[in-house]
Amino acid sequence: MANSLFLASGLGIQNWTYIIVGLTFALYIGIAIWTRAGSTKEFYVAGGGVSPLANGMATAADWMSAASFISMAGIISFAGYDGAVYLMGWTGGYVLLALLLAPYLRKFGKFTVPDFIGDRYYSNTARLVGVICALLVSFTYVAGQMRGVGLVFSRFLEVDINTGVIIGMIIVLFYAVLGGMKGITYTQVAQYCVLIFAFMVPAIFISIQMTGNPIPQLGFGSTLADGSGTYLLDKLDGLSTDLGFAEYTEGSKSMIDVFAITLALMVGTAGLPHVIVRFFTVKRVKDARKSAGLALLLIAILYTAAPAVSVFARTNLIETVSNKPYATMPEWFKKWETTGLIVFHDKNNDGHIQYVADATKNELVVDNDIMVLANPEIAQLPDWVIALVAAGALAAALSTAAGLLLVISSSVSHDLIKKMINPNISEKGELIAARLAAVVAVCVAGYFGINPPGFVAATVALAFGLAAASFFPAIILGIFYKRMNKEGAIAGMVVGILSMLFYMLKFKFGWFGGGGKTDWWFGISPEGFGTVAMILNFIVSIIIMKFTPEPPQEVQDIVENIRIPSGAGEATGH
Amino acid sequence: MSKTNAKAYWKENIKYVLILLTIWFLVSYGAGILFKDALNNIKMGGFKLGFWFAQQGSIYVFVILIFIYVRLMNKLDKKYGYGE
Repeated sequence: MANSLFLASGLGIQNWTYIIVGLTFALYIGIAIWTRAGSTKEFYVAGGGVSPLANGMATAADWMSAASFISMAGIISFAGYDGAVYLMGWTGGYVLLALLLAPYLRKFGKFTVPDFIGDRYYSNTARLVGVICALLVSFTYVAGQMRGVGLVFSRFLEVDINTGVIIGMIIVLFYAVLGGMKGITYTQVAQYCVLIFAFMVPAIFISIQMTGNPIPQLGFGSTLADGSGTYLLDKLDGLSTDLGFAEYTEGSKSMIDVFAITLALMVGTAGLPHVIVRFFTVKRVKDARKSAGLALLLIAILYTAAPAVSVFARTNLIETVSNKPYATMPEWFKKWETTGLIVFHDKNNDGHIQYVADATKNELVVDNDIMVLANPEIAQLPDWVIALVAAGALAAALSTAAGLLLVISSSVSHDLIKKMINPNISEKGELIAARLAAVVAVCVAGYFGINPPGFVAATVALAFGLAAASFFPAIILGIFYKRMNKEGAIAGMVVGILSMLFYMLKFKFGWFGGGGKTDWWFGISPEGFGTVAMILNFIVSIIIMKFTPEPPQEVQDIVENIRIPSGAGEATGH
Repeated sequence: MSKTNAKAYWKENIKYVLILLTIWFLVSYGAGILFKDALNNIKMGGFKLGFWFAQQGSIYVFVILIFIYVRLMNKLDKKYGYGE
């Protein structure tokens, strides 16, 4: 298979992939060696001197994971309008971050999110709840990233998926353990460049092909390049309804569910520890605001192009396969069939592919995850573009994995060991503990990457729900409500997490009697329940606070102090 | 800096945040979700307007909102002597 491809197209996809992926990996390792961390401060927050632009790029790469790069456009191309929950949900959270969280947390000047929770709520119980939440969120997230790395390796380099995961582990280990936050920050800057280039090049190519407009964001609202004068979206709406699907621009989820999911994802984004901690790395409060803006600008480039890619890919897919003879399918179709991500089952034995909404007649199942990866092949783009997409997907997965691993290692070495178990640990000892924790975390993540628990997809939604239900209210109240005390905050976080876990376990895993779509509370799916759990957290926090003593004066002074931007000084762990 | 100064600064900050978050809510939850069907009757090129807000417009507005906040706050910091 690989050989025939090699002969047919010059250098070949596989060799191009080896070259481009090899070059990018060499770059990441080079940066890691150049930016080794020498102190805990460099390890946790890159020394606190990162420029707003570098931090914006690093945040963007940190944030855009395998899910953003590989899965999102594919999910949208099957969900149509409903895909907006991801587009708005995963960008709107940055407005909350910039306006409500980042500047104050930077002023507070600590190393981690549990650090803030523990100090603001003057309690190690609060700190422990924070550590547990941070670990839960980050581990569920990181397993999915390692799986993404394995997928790309196995499809494009045709190595075993487990070998792919192990190669990915070694790379991440190298620069996360050696460089800590400092190494991660500058590798993420490079990874942002790789991933955005890799996403935009095929998007621009295909936009020109289909609509003649080189800007994909405008292209998908333009007329077709074939001179018919028909708008692309009108054509796709027509194709979709002809095959029995919902109109692409209308979608099929209920309004309340779209509302709840969007809010849960936004609030969850603003509460994710690996995103928040990036804002500890800049010098001043004003830099934290600015770098949140830059991060969203850089993220928006991909997020506004993704729905265009979805429309192009969906239209191309329908036109290539619908009612066409199976025997005439192109090379990419067969190749993805071997991975099991495209499944064709000729139910009426006519040798043609019937791709329709009616499940009893539909003969084709296409996995969400291949739309972005297969798109350049479907559009018959040059081999180097296809190889570039592989490198971009790896950059997206590795950068996010590294950010998450840092949260895990700092939660253990700083929040658990330094702040709770052994406060007398030396700087050197803490650094060793941080590195060891990172090694253990990489191994655990790799294990889950090789033996993925069946619930990885479900737990990504859980990660957002948990962040929304725990950190977001506790941090917001901690900044904006001086009177909020430890009793209120702890009770709120515990109720928030437990209600979120309960709802997920009940409706995703069938515990507590299970239940289907019709049993959802207020018609809200488990993906959107983070919104309800967050509201519960707020209510419980405020009620409990009313009946318990107000926080000590020095804590109230801290709150007054973080509201003033000047004199942020440097992040400190003491 | 004095306490009254800090209080006045905080009050103005909260005012900005509330105004910007109202716009944040209106473009995403308003135009993109709650009033999507009504807006879909209007077309802008090939886009139905509600669909456009949900998948494009709201994201552009989010970016603009943050940069407006950055500008407003930089000015406010100077006004109250908190600039660095």
